[in-house]
Amino acid sequence: MEQQVVFFIILGMCAVTYIPRVAPMLVLASRSMPESVVRWLSFVPTAVLSAMLVPAIVSPGGELALDGGNLFLWAGVPAFVLAVWTRSFFGTIALGMAIVAGARYFLM
Amino acid sequence: MDREEMEKVIERKQASVWLEAARRFAPLAMGYIPVGLAYGVLAQKSGLSVWNTVLMSVFVYAGSSQLIAVAMFAVGASAMSIIAATFIVNLRHLLMSAALTPYLKKWKLSELAAFSFEMTDETFALHSARFSEGDMDRRLTFCINLLAHSVWVAASFAGALAGSGIPDVEPLGMDFVLPAMFIALLAMQAKNGLHWLVAGFSGLVSVVLLQAGFEQWSVILATVLGATLGAGVMAWNNR
Repeated sequence: MEQQVVFFIILGMCAVTYIPRVAPMLVLASRSMPESVVRWLSFVPTAVLSAMLVPAIVSPGGELALDGGNLFLWAGVPAFVLAVWTRSFFGTIALGMAIVAGARYFLM
Repeated sequence: MDREEMEKVIERKQASVWLEAARRFAPLAMGYIPVGLAYGVLAQKSGLSVWNTVLMSVFVYAGSSQLIAVAMFAVGASAMSIIAATFIVNLRHLLMSAALTPYLKKWKLSELAAFSFEMTDETFALHSARFSEGDMDRRLTFCINLLAHSVWVAASFAGALAGSGIPDVEPLGMDFVLPAMFIALLAMQAKNGLHWLVAGFSGLVSVVLLQAGFEQWSVILATVLGATLGAGVMAWNNR
């Protein structure tokens, strides 16, 4: 494909990505929202993060894998416990990586 | 205080806000760098020029949709289908943007326009945790966003230059960085039992929808259903 065409596609991607990012703020920021909507929105961060995270853990290759061979499940559970317990970013990432790397090195 | 002294104080403040931004962003960088590198490498393999590889990171700045786009470029997908896929994959930002709005009532339109351009999954999660704790420092917010965007662009550029010269990072467990990051971000968000119920429910719904074949819609649908459950239970309890 021509690089110029690629560039125009990138501009199109930019528009369709930016509009959903900016529109709610421009439309809603100047208005006062009903309490019920604000309450609904307060659950969005938790819901969206979990909706992105859980499939990555239970089906890392796309197929559901709830067995012992799924390293991400083995690493995800202790990382989760540590995250809730300590709220430490680095600790959570380091523990998860260490388990995955260690299992690959020693078991595979 | 004379002018020179004042300038020194301002300079020191500027230095410390960047330091603070770096401290907040550092854990996220562990996710941005490997994914940015991988995107750069794949974009090269798909036939994108170095310029276009970097410009996509500047203009689009959304990791998963960029990876999907380069995979589609590689198989010669049409312009419309690439743009449509990008739109659907990034539609979840609509909900994230709306969720931050209650905190941003006092911001100028130009600030909202600039802030939302650099809102990714990760910066959204970080800022929503900050804002809910009352940390509304605008300068820090913009410094974090600029830093994050720069790191993403730089990592993409490095990946594009290195091509396939980048070593395999799987033995280091680097492919687990993103899930681990989301685990930590989720732990920062979930404040009480109801939040954990919402997290469990939307996670489960997301998995079910994904397995049922709703690949690009699973996240946004699971989010809408999860938030509705949370708001419903809360309204029921407050009766």
